[in-house]
Amino acid sequence: MNTPANLRYAKTDEWVKVDGNIATVGISDYAQDQLSDIVFIEFNREIDDVITKGDALATIESVKAAADVNAPISGKVLEVNEGLSDIPETLNDDPYEKAWLYKIEMSKPDEVNELMDAAAYDQYCEGRH
Amino acid sequence: MTEPTIYELSSAGRKGFTFAEPDVPAFPLPDEFIRKDLPLPELSELDVVRHFTHLSQKNYSIDSGFYPLGSCTMKYNPRINEVVARLNGFAQVHPLQPIETVQGSLVVMYMLQEALKEISGFPAISLQPAAGAHGELVGVLIMRAYHLSHGDAKRKKILLPDSAHGTNPASSSMAGFEAVHLPSDARGNVDLAKLKELCDDTIAGLMLTNPNTLGLFDEHVLEVIDIVHKAGGLVYGDGANLNALLGITRPGDLGFDILHINLHKTFSTPHGGGGPGSGPLAVAEHLADFLPDPLVDIIDPGDEETPPLYGFIHPKKSIGRIKSFHGHFGIIVRALTYILMQGAEGLRDVSEMAVLNANYLMALLKGSYHLPYDRDCMHEFVLEGVWPEAPDIHALDVAKRLMDYGLHPPTNYFPLIVNEALMIEPTESESKQTLDYFADAMRKIAKEAHEQPELLHEAPHATPVGRLDEVKAAKDLVLCCWRPEE
Repeated sequence: MNTPANLRYAKTDEWVKVDGNIATVGISDYAQDQLSDIVFIEFNREIDDVITKGDALATIESVKAAADVNAPISGKVLEVNEGLSDIPETLNDDPYEKAWLYKIEMSKPDEVNELMDAAAYDQYCEGRH
Repeated sequence: MTEPTIYELSSAGRKGFTFAEPDVPAFPLPDEFIRKDLPLPELSELDVVRHFTHLSQKNYSIDSGFYPLGSCTMKYNPRINEVVARLNGFAQVHPLQPIETVQGSLVVMYMLQEALKEISGFPAISLQPAAGAHGELVGVLIMRAYHLSHGDAKRKKILLPDSAHGTNPASSSMAGFEAVHLPSDARGNVDLAKLKELCDDTIAGLMLTNPNTLGLFDEHVLEVIDIVHKAGGLVYGDGANLNALLGITRPGDLGFDILHINLHKTFSTPHGGGGPGSGPLAVAEHLADFLPDPLVDIIDPGDEETPPLYGFIHPKKSIGRIKSFHGHFGIIVRALTYILMQGAEGLRDVSEMAVLNANYLMALLKGSYHLPYDRDCMHEFVLEGVWPEAPDIHALDVAKRLMDYGLHPPTNYFPLIVNEALMIEPTESESKQTLDYFADAMRKIAKEAHEQPELLHEAPHATPVGRLDEVKAAKDLVLCCWRPEE
């Protein structure tokens, strides 16, 4: 499993990359592996929407299951990677780079501290089997 | 061998039927309504009969083999159900006939209502819902109507255990509620601490599948119901797994407020492509006035000379009609036939054998497959289709390989709380020999997974077509035969 050290992770398997006050959000390698082949993504939020930690941001469907993507932090949506809708398999192929979902201007940057670092997330995933 | 499509069998100009010369004057349609091109296949009658016979021979059904599809209760559909449903008095009636002319059909509906009330422990029931999830939606709409009738508009959430049936969150959302996830504890019961934390005056209710999709009876069911009731919520029972409980316990007695019953699972009517479902909805006394309109009842008791007259009554605060006419009447006839053929003791035997068969299979298989919730099960159980020593093998590979042994695969990848789930429900219909054959095949597959994994990866080998491309099937939807001209 690939868990980049420069990201933070939520218990619901989203990653966050922090750059100043901007957070990029996606789903982890563990999440895409558990879902298996992803065939559909629907974004629930648009640019300028205000979101609260825990909100359902998107729905992802694989051949096995459907799952919500939950907001790991609060803030305002700056960008949506809408092109993924046409090539949802990118979430399997490149979950940390090409398959980012949202860029969010954080309203509570301290929430990042509540997220796990890579080592803690690896341990958390290990314990789920 | 694959069967060509009917279009591939077509030969230009070939005909299966010739119309006689009309003996009335021709009345042609206006030209603009006549299409120039109608790309239908052209075959002889015999070619058509053979084509569809070949296709039907490739079907897999409960009539052709073991079908342990967890949560679906694929039990035998007794032939007498079909005989009774085809009696002219049932098959040839119309729901708009005057009630005096369809008294027999109304008696059948009344008798089924009474039987299901006795079996489930509820005082009122509607036979209208067309299937299980339809029953759920109606039940959740009744929950909403109940709270609103008390002027309580702030209850907007429904709690859904992660071991519930997958349709429960969908039904809640469709009725306008927020679906709130409720985790299970390590024994597969509802997590009581979390339940207490979530229960407040914003909760409309809880939807509980019991036994749940792990095949486990919640050990704290009375406490769960009590906690929800104390918070002012209602408890919905998903009766899809009622096959484990007949004559043993009644959800109404346990304190559930609402329950849907799947006639096409528990009461042996055909499903899985073989016929429509039927999901009668039973409710407790305080919800009876909200049931769909109308219900069947005795509207004139009659006297020594005149028999009682059956007809329709209209619940006072009904949420309205939810199905055209009176539900799937042919299924109602079959279910009543099954209940009367079994009798009360027979129904209890059904559940006891269903539970015994599941525990027998579980005991045979738990040495070869990981059983994450290792407890006595009810009518089904869930294994993991994955081994640490065979990292490339998944539940899907096990399921596909079972087809090579002439067996229908179990439900896979559900419930989501089990990694690589294989959910197995044998039902009461199967003999010990059939169960032993299945267990033997499953153990061989477990061995193959370690020694010849390619056999699983490439399975199925013995079916008309091999491994299908599930990603392509889910992504490239072809919704019509051809693209209409713009």
